[in-house]
Amino acid sequence: MKILIVEDEPKTGDYLKQGLSEAGFVTDLARDGWEGLELAKAGHYDLMILDVMLPGLNGWQVLEGIRRSGIEVPVLFLTARDRVEDRVKGLESGADDYLVKPFAFAELLARVRSLVRRGHAGMESSFLKAADLELDLLRRRATRAGRKVELTAKEFALLELFLRRQGEVLPRSLIASQVWDMNFDSDTNVIDVAVRRLRVKIDDGFEFKLIHTVRGMGYVLEAGPRGTAP
Amino acid sequence: MKSLSLTTRISLLFAVAASLVLLVTGYILTQVVEAHFEDQDRHELTGKLELIQNLFKHATSNKELDQLPQQLDDALVGHPGLAVVVVDAAGGLWFVTSGSDFPRALLQECQTQSRGCAPGTLQQWKQAGGSYRGMALSITAGGGKPYTVIVAQDIQDHEHFIGKFRSVLAIAITLAAFATASLGWIVTRWGLSPLRQVTDTVANISAERLSDRLQVANLPTELIPLAAAFNAMLARLDDSFRRLSEFSSNIAHELRTPISNLMTQTQVALSSARDKDEYKEVLYSSLEEYERMAQMVGDMLYLAQADNGLLRPGPDNVDLADETQGLFDYFEAWAEARGVSLTLMGSATTFGDRLMLRRALSNLISNAIRHTPPGQAVRVSLSGHGDKVIVTVENPGPEIPAEHLPRLFDRFYRVDPSRQRKGDGAGLGLAIVKSIIDAHEGAITVTSANGMTRFQLTLPASRDR
Repeated sequence: MKILIVEDEPKTGDYLKQGLSEAGFVTDLARDGWEGLELAKAGHYDLMILDVMLPGLNGWQVLEGIRRSGIEVPVLFLTARDRVEDRVKGLESGADDYLVKPFAFAELLARVRSLVRRGHAGMESSFLKAADLELDLLRRRATRAGRKVELTAKEFALLELFLRRQGEVLPRSLIASQVWDMNFDSDTNVIDVAVRRLRVKIDDGFEFKLIHTVRGMGYVLEAGPRGTAP
Repeated sequence: MKSLSLTTRISLLFAVAASLVLLVTGYILTQVVEAHFEDQDRHELTGKLELIQNLFKHATSNKELDQLPQQLDDALVGHPGLAVVVVDAAGGLWFVTSGSDFPRALLQECQTQSRGCAPGTLQQWKQAGGSYRGMALSITAGGGKPYTVIVAQDIQDHEHFIGKFRSVLAIAITLAAFATASLGWIVTRWGLSPLRQVTDTVANISAERLSDRLQVANLPTELIPLAAAFNAMLARLDDSFRRLSEFSSNIAHELRTPISNLMTQTQVALSSARDKDEYKEVLYSSLEEYERMAQMVGDMLYLAQADNGLLRPGPDNVDLADETQGLFDYFEAWAEARGVSLTLMGSATTFGDRLMLRRALSNLISNAIRHTPPGQAVRVSLSGHGDKVIVTVENPGPEIPAEHLPRLFDRFYRVDPSRQRKGDGAGLGLAIVKSIIDAHEGAITVTSANGMTRFQLTLPASRDR
């Protein structure tokens, strides 16, 4: 998986490159709009991360150039401007997603993974599995080690999200947005309570725990032994 | 173009008004004088005609008739400027006073038209540089012979007088206009002096002296509403300015605490060698502080957008019951863990931005859950009233003291300042709610009594689209 990062702020650029490389992606970093456009035209990337405010060409101009060259790479915008017009402009000009600075790295990673996955979309399975946990989406049934687990609708949706994104650390904001359609930060620990309840239902009484807390980042569902995944 | 000063404007208007009045008066005066002269002339000429008519009446014989010119000359002595012409039936000049040269036209008119020769019909003409006013009359001598008599008066003196009168009047009017303008200027300046005092007071008001007010009591009636409006504006400015400066000092204060935490723990961590896990612990702890700061900055940006009018609600009909139910789903687990139940009553649809309204409701509901004692319920009621929708979010729990209620929606305002860092957020939640409701042109009120705290939102009702 190759990702092109276009970011002029030196520290941000370096940390993004390091973080994404450590998460298993191959990354290139461009420091301005022109370089970004050249690299995007030359290399075959699975994803581009574009800062809006760039020297030379700005993010939108780079995106315009890429699309005019017929390159259909998914683009994630980073913007420091938390303005509705910017979002609309970004999405209208063909960006696939955007993040407002400052953002949590886990959030970026989660969005990057969804975009990359969208780029390589296969059939969405109606049957999900992790170790001995099974989820039948058509019959809305969850079983652990063959025993049925009773879940509420939201718990089912939450578990489905964990299973679809096994091994990925899911930040609380992403969970809130995906499961409850809450697209803003709440100063409550609602997500923690909800995940705790889900864990009681699927992990309590089992030696092997599936859902883990990643401190400072979010939650992850691991089918195998807990590694050092980011 | 720069508009004229009030003083100039009023002085000019004074001058124009005075000139108009004087011009009309002058015109009337001139007319009266002219009419008077005309009357005088008519009287004089009629008298002369009657005299001549009498003389002719008594001249019964030819001899007497021959003596008439002499008598006429005698009668007209001492009347310079008066001329008499008598024409006989054949049209020949029978008698002419010395120096008279009457227009033929007048004679002919008199001979052909009896109307023009009726006594009292005054004619006026100019000839050889002089102005005359005259009358004609057909008479019959005692002997039966018809004659036409014409008398005329030189009216140059009158015209001269009227001309002089006119020019004196014109000079007087011009002087009066200038005098009125100057007097008007002085009077206006004097009359407007309270306005200058107000200006001086206003000019001395600076950001540091926003508490100054105009003294309404000593002002003229006309200026009182202006001064009152200005004072009201000052009060609002003073209030926003105070809030703004409090806001910035609050920002500084809110940021100082986490930054000082970060600095201290980083410096302590670096002060001696530690193992990997200890460093990790420091980073985690820092991360929590960063997240708190990021959220605060995000909230502040949101509020700044609201202040700059950048929060424009999207145009949608929003089913508030749906939204509330969605939020209940979200908060359910958390509320249950706290032993708080959630109830929804009624339904309503408003017009606005779904995400913004959701955020406002979310802040109110989480706030209510947080302050509800275990075993009790947070209740959201929705109802429609004509073109308005009323949303109330109420929770049982400790009352908010009345003195805090008006400032509850202020940024960083906390009822209990010591609760600052117990996970209650930065104190921006309700300020954001208010901004969102304001952006929807709605209203928000809060009451807290009898162990119940109630937030009430008034929003526009849904529209047919």
